Amino acid sequence: MPEITLASSTQAANAWAQRWRMLRYVVAENPLSLVAFLLFAAFVMLAAIGPWLAPFDPLASNVGTPLTPPSSAHWFGTDALGRDILSRVMVAARLDLGIAVAAVGLSCILGGLAGACAGYFGGWTDRIVGRISDTIMAFPLFVLAMGIVAALGNTVANIVLATAIINLPFYIRVARAESTVLRNAAFVEAARLAGNSEARLLFHHIIPNILPPITVQISLNMGWAILNAAGLSFIGLGVRPPQAEWGIMVAEGAQYIVSGEWWIALFPGAVLMLAVFCFNLLGDSLRDLVDPRRRT
Amino acid sequence: MLATILKRLLGAVPNLIGVVIVTFLLTRALPGDPAAFFAGPAGTAEAVEQIRVKLGLDKPLFEQFFLYVRDLAHGDWGNSLATGQPVLTELTTRLPASLELTLVGLVVAVVVAIPLGILAATRPGSWIDHLCRAVATAGVSLPTFFTGLLLAYVFYFLLGWAPSPLGRLDPYLTSPPHVTGFYLIDSLLARDLEVFVSAAKQLLLPALTLALFVLAPLARMTRAAMLGVLSADYIRTARAAGLSGSTVLFTYAFRNALLPVMTTLGMVFSFLLGSNVLVEKVFAWPGIGSFAIEALVASDYAPVQGFVLTMALLYVFLNLAIDIAYGIVDPRMRLHA
Repeated sequence: MPEITLASSTQAANAWAQRWRMLRYVVAENPLSLVAFLLFAAFVMLAAIGPWLAPFDPLASNVGTPLTPPSSAHWFGTDALGRDILSRVMVAARLDLGIAVAAVGLSCILGGLAGACAGYFGGWTDRIVGRISDTIMAFPLFVLAMGIVAALGNTVANIVLATAIINLPFYIRVARAESTVLRNAAFVEAARLAGNSEARLLFHHIIPNILPPITVQISLNMGWAILNAAGLSFIGLGVRPPQAEWGIMVAEGAQYIVSGEWWIALFPGAVLMLAVFCFNLLGDSLRDLVDPRRRT
Repeated sequence: MLATILKRLLGAVPNLIGVVIVTFLLTRALPGDPAAFFAGPAGTAEAVEQIRVKLGLDKPLFEQFFLYVRDLAHGDWGNSLATGQPVLTELTTRLPASLELTLVGLVVAVVVAIPLGILAATRPGSWIDHLCRAVATAGVSLPTFFTGLLLAYVFYFLLGWAPSPLGRLDPYLTSPPHVTGFYLIDSLLARDLEVFVSAAKQLLLPALTLALFVLAPLARMTRAAMLGVLSADYIRTARAAGLSGSTVLFTYAFRNALLPVMTTLGMVFSFLLGSNVLVEKVFAWPGIGSFAIEALVASDYAPVQGFVLTMALLYVFLNLAIDIAYGIVDPRMRLHA
């Protein structure tokens, strides 16, 4: 027994060393991905412990004089109600990232499953899934999201649902393309001949193999999902004031920016932009890693 | 040629049907009972029942769908609660404003993105290549509503170069006589240069905002497609045959690179129409997007549904146009047809 554990631990160490080398290679190849990774870590931390880090209560008004520009007491200034913008931006991270993660998660599970089934079974399943995907894509996606939220009701849950629906076609497409190829792969044939059921083939042989491209799609989609959700709340859907959310904060600052109070809209907007930028960079470097040929 | 176009037209029919089914489902998915909603909080049970019959909600869903399609075909898209006007007239009077903005934005994006992509692809690793990459990554990360505000702040408040970001014209000018509904064209037709300049000034910032967002995918795709084409054997052959650099670049490479760029145009239009709504809100642009937002905030559903349907129809036709243009650019598609 001791030899085996020893062997497996050296193997594990080797695997880690290999991953470390890989990581170093990726960072050397594109230094921006390191920046993106650090930013990502910062955003995750903000989402996790933002409310405890915030210097002021994000909802309390008159913690400072209303409409004061950034100062040492209020780094990002205060808004029309005298709320501390820095605290509001920090606390909003959880809601913004939460909406995006929930939407993309829902979308990748449903879309991935539907796409995998469509590619694997073909025939009617493929036709129905393909039609659903085409119908969603026949709309300008942000407009469809607006319509869905308007029809189902103006709540955060419906923002998540709408964002998930407009992302579905991307996952369906990736999963379908991959599983059409895998369906005829030799290892799947072998597993089939060994007497595995169709469901087992799908869940144990096809789906684990389409996870890498799906992961890339997730990271590429995340930034877009954040943008969409923030756009929806900017036009007054979903999140309601006084709750702190980046899109709605930009909307609150919009009326002041033309009279010169730039900080109300600038900071939440800039942080939103940074979050989207970070996810896009991360998605790009992840894609380069998984599929170097698609590098652009 | 005609056969190709006909075939493409037929190909758009399933999408059209899909769009109408989805918008129908959206009208019927109103939270709670639509009849109770339209009767208002003071509506009696009798009034609710009356409205239910009037709206045809007592009939089976299948029949309701046909009634819905019939109403749409007859131009009955419901009335706006806020203005009392039929939704269809409201939309058609506002549509030119949105179209003008979208088209100018698209033209600006294409004019900047395609040369940028070509230059980046012909000089890989140079500063222009890095610039292209930076623009492509930063551009898709920009929240349109935020860039719009930022541009308004810098160019209106700080520099004073742009007019106040409100509407299509200086408030002291009257709009040109209606011909196309596009102020830029109508003012020229009326030979009113003052109105033309004012309209162009008002249009500049919103169009730039839209262009900045759409530029990124276009530049990225142009660069990737050109890179792919430039490494092809026939380009080497053309160079070896002694053709001039510009002939190789434009006649041989660019025409081929145009195809993948055109296939992404569909996605670009989707972005364009979506962010158009946000830009209209930021610049108080009197188009169908800001109309829909006003209606949304007031829980006025018929205009929102009319808006979604209009946008979807517009998008289906834009995609159809791309498809047809694709057939013209790619001679192989003509052979297949």
